[in-house]
Amino acid sequence: MTITGSHERQMRTTQAQHRSSWGLAALGAFLVSTSSALAAGIGQPVPWQMDRQVAVTENARDIHAFENGMHWLSFGISLFVLGLLLYCVYRFSEKANPTPSKTTHNTMIEVAWTIVPVLILVAVAIPSFRLLRTQLSDPKADVLVKVIGHAWYWSYEYPAVENGGGFTFDANLDEDKQPKLLGTDNDMVVPVNKIVKIQVTAADVMHSWAVPSFGFKIDAVPGRLNQFWFKADREGTYHGQCSELCGARHAYMPITVQVVSEEAYAKWLAEGKTKFARIDDPSKFADAR
Amino acid sequence: MANAAAHTGHHDAHDHHMPSFFSRWFLSTNHKDIGTLYLLFAFCAGIMGAFLSFGIRMEMEEPGLQYFANPGTYNVFVTGHGLIMVFFMVMPALIGGFGNWFVPLMIGAPDMAFPRMNNISFWLTVAGFCSLVCSLFVEGAPGSNGAGTGWTVYPPLSSAGHPGPAVDFAIFALHLSGAGSILGAINFITTILNMRAPGMTLHKMPLFAWSMLVTAFLLLLSLPVLAGAITMLLTDRNFGTTFFDPAGGGDPILYQHLFWFFGHPEVYIMILPAFGIVSHIISTFSRKPVFGYLAMAYAMVAIGVVGFVVWAHHMYTVGLSLQTQSYFVFATMVIAVPTGVKIFSWIATMWGGSIRFTAAMHWAVGFIFLFTVGGVTGVVLANSAVDKYLHDTYYVVAHFHYVLSLGAVFIIFAGVYYWFPKMTGHIIPEWAGKLHFWLAFIGANVLFFPMHFLGLAGMPRRYADYPEAFAGWHKVSTWGGHIFALGMVVFFIGVVIALRSSRRAADNPWGEGATTLEWTLSSPPPFHQFETLPRIVDAPGHH
Repeated sequence: MTITGSHERQMRTTQAQHRSSWGLAALGAFLVSTSSALAAGIGQPVPWQMDRQVAVTENARDIHAFENGMHWLSFGISLFVLGLLLYCVYRFSEKANPTPSKTTHNTMIEVAWTIVPVLILVAVAIPSFRLLRTQLSDPKADVLVKVIGHAWYWSYEYPAVENGGGFTFDANLDEDKQPKLLGTDNDMVVPVNKIVKIQVTAADVMHSWAVPSFGFKIDAVPGRLNQFWFKADREGTYHGQCSELCGARHAYMPITVQVVSEEAYAKWLAEGKTKFARIDDPSKFADAR
Repeated sequence: MANAAAHTGHHDAHDHHMPSFFSRWFLSTNHKDIGTLYLLFAFCAGIMGAFLSFGIRMEMEEPGLQYFANPGTYNVFVTGHGLIMVFFMVMPALIGGFGNWFVPLMIGAPDMAFPRMNNISFWLTVAGFCSLVCSLFVEGAPGSNGAGTGWTVYPPLSSAGHPGPAVDFAIFALHLSGAGSILGAINFITTILNMRAPGMTLHKMPLFAWSMLVTAFLLLLSLPVLAGAITMLLTDRNFGTTFFDPAGGGDPILYQHLFWFFGHPEVYIMILPAFGIVSHIISTFSRKPVFGYLAMAYAMVAIGVVGFVVWAHHMYTVGLSLQTQSYFVFATMVIAVPTGVKIFSWIATMWGGSIRFTAAMHWAVGFIFLFTVGGVTGVVLANSAVDKYLHDTYYVVAHFHYVLSLGAVFIIFAGVYYWFPKMTGHIIPEWAGKLHFWLAFIGANVLFFPMHFLGLAGMPRRYADYPEAFAGWHKVSTWGGHIFALGMVVFFIGVVIALRSSRRAADNPWGEGATTLEWTLSSPPPFHQFETLPRIVDAPGHH
C-alpha cells in the first residue's frame, strides 16, 4: 500500500483518535467520536472506524445529529432492560427469594409501559418526519447530473449549459488508485456550495448510488428516474460504493465525487467538452440502442 | 390413565401397535414423529447454512479475494445462507418441529387435525430443500453456478442477470416449501380452533399455542403473495411476460412490494413462536405464572396485524413519495409498542419469582437482552431519513442477525434444552447447556456487534471484497464466528452424552413452575396421548 508521508501520519492520528474513543464508545459515545474523525479520512472510511463518515452536507449533519440522539436512546433502553434483568437475576434467584410471589397483573404498570414507549416514539417521530420532509424537498438545482448504473460501472451525463457540459463519461474502478477499491478512472465533479441534483437510473439491473459523506443513497432502477439533491459545503474527494446487489462485481463499482471550487468546476466543465463523448454524439446513440 | 384404557379393547390395542421403521418415519402421521423429523431436518439444513456462513466469514476475514476466485460465487453463498436459514432452518425448527410436537400436547389434543397433510407438509419442505441444493450446482449468472441474487431474489438481477436455470430451481424450492408451510398453517389453525381440550377456552390457552395460531395466520395470508410474486418472476424468466421488466411496461419495484408484503410478516413468522417459547421458559423457571397473560397474547396478535402494513420500510431508497415514506415510518414505529409490552412482561414475570438458572433459562434471559438490542436498532432503521445512510450497510446485517441469529436461534436452543427431556426422555447435562450458552452469547456478540461499526462507517452488504479500512472489525467478527462454532461443538457433545447416558428424565423434570399439559405426560410421551381428553378446570400456565 503506498501512502504519502503526510497521509500516513494523518491516518495514524485518526486511528489513535478512534482507539481513544473506544472507552467512551463503550459508554455509548457515538457523539464524541464523530468529531474525532474530522482530522483525516474525509470522504472515506478509516481503519477501526466506529461511527459515521464525516458529514459535508446539511442533510448528512442532520442525520448525524438525529442518529446520535437515537443511539443514546437505544443505549439507554438497552441498559435499562439489562439492568432490570440483572436485578431480577440477583434479587429473585432461588436462593435469595425461595417463595415466589403470585402477582400476575398490575394495571398501572401495564398502562405505563404501553404509554411511555408511545410518548418516546412520538418524540422520535416528530424530528424524523421533519428531517424526511427536508430530505425529500425539491429546491431549484444549480447543477444537474444524470447518473446511470451499469453492471459494473457508473456513467455520468452533464447536460449542456452555457459554459460547457453536454458530455457523458464512464467511471470505472481504477485498481491503482488509493484508497483501494474506492477510486475511479474518471471522477464525478461538482462545485462546492451549489445545489446539485442527481437523477439516477440503471441500464441493466438495479444498482444504488451512495456517498456516505453526503448522507444518502438512492436506488438506480431500470425504467425509473429517481432524484435526490445535495449541497456539499467542503471541497474534497468523497467516495461511495454501489449499495444494491447487482451481480458478481457488485463490490467493484465505486463512486468518486470531487467537490471543487466554482472556478475549477467551470474549467473542468469546459475541458470536458473536448475530453469526453458528446451527449448528442451519433455514435453514442447507436451504442445506446 | 389413558394407557390403561388402551388395553381394554382390540381396536385401541391396534392403535398402539408401533409401525415399522419405514412406515414410522417416511409415512408418518404422528405429530410427535413429524415434529422430530422437522427438528432433525432443520438441524441438517442448519449445518449446511452454517457451512455457507463459514465460507462468508472466512472470505471477509481479510480484504481481497481469498477463497472465492469468482465473487459471484460469494453472492451464491450469501443467497444460500439466507434462504436456508430462513426457510429450512428457523421455520422448520420453530414451527414444524416445536409447533408439531407441543401444540397438540399443550392444548390436550391427541394429534394434529390433518395427520396425513402434516406428513406431506414435511416432505414438501424436504423436496424444496433438495431443489435449492440443486440450484447451487447449475448455471445461474453467465459463467457461474448457483443463484447469486440474495434471498430477496430481486429482478432484473434474478431475471436478465441470471439466465441459467439456478434461479428457476430456487423459485421452485420456495414454491414447494411455501406450499408445505401453507398446508402446515391450515393444519395448525384447524387444530388450535377445534381440538382444544374441554374447558380450554382461547383465553386459557398456553402462550406457545397462541403464538403458533398467530404465526399460522401470518403464513396463510403472506405466503400466497410470495407464491404469486415468484410465479410472475418465473413467467418473466421463461414465458416472455414483462411484469417486472420496464421494456414491456413492467416495474422492478412491483416485485419488491410483493416480496416485502410477504417478507415482513415472514420475520414475525420466525420470531413469534420464539416469543411463545420464551414465555413458558421464563414462567417455568421463575415458578410464577406469566405476567399479563392476555396482554401477552394480544400483543402477539397486534404484532401480527401491524406486521402486514409496514412492508415498504425495506424500500426507503427506491424512490417512494414523502407521504408513503412518512406512513411507513409511523406504522413501523407502532410495532415497537406491543414488542415493548412483551419485553417488560417477561421481566415482570421474573420479578418476585424464585428463579432457577437452568441452561434453558440462561438462553431465555440472554434472548430478552439481545432481542432488545436488535429491537432498538430496528427503531433506528425505521426512520426513513436515517435509513438513507444505513440502508444496505452492515448496520442492517447487524440488526437482523440480532433479532434472528441471537433471537430466533437462541430460542431454538432454549427450546431444545427445555423440551429435550420431554421429547426423548434423556437429559442434556446442564453444564453443556450453560457452556454452550456462554460460548454462543460471547461468540455471537463478538461476531455481530462490530457490524454496527462497519455499517456506520459505510460498509455495504453483500460485498465479497472491501476497502482495507474495514479490515479490522471484519477480522474481529470472524473470531466471533469461531467462538460461536465452538459452542456448537459443545452442543453436539451434550446431545451425544444425553443420548448415551442411562439417566432418564422424570415426567416433569422442572418442578411446580412447569404447568402446561405436556408435563403431565410421561417422558417421552406415549405414541398416542390423551385418549381420554383432559378436562381443564383451572387455566394451565396462568391464573
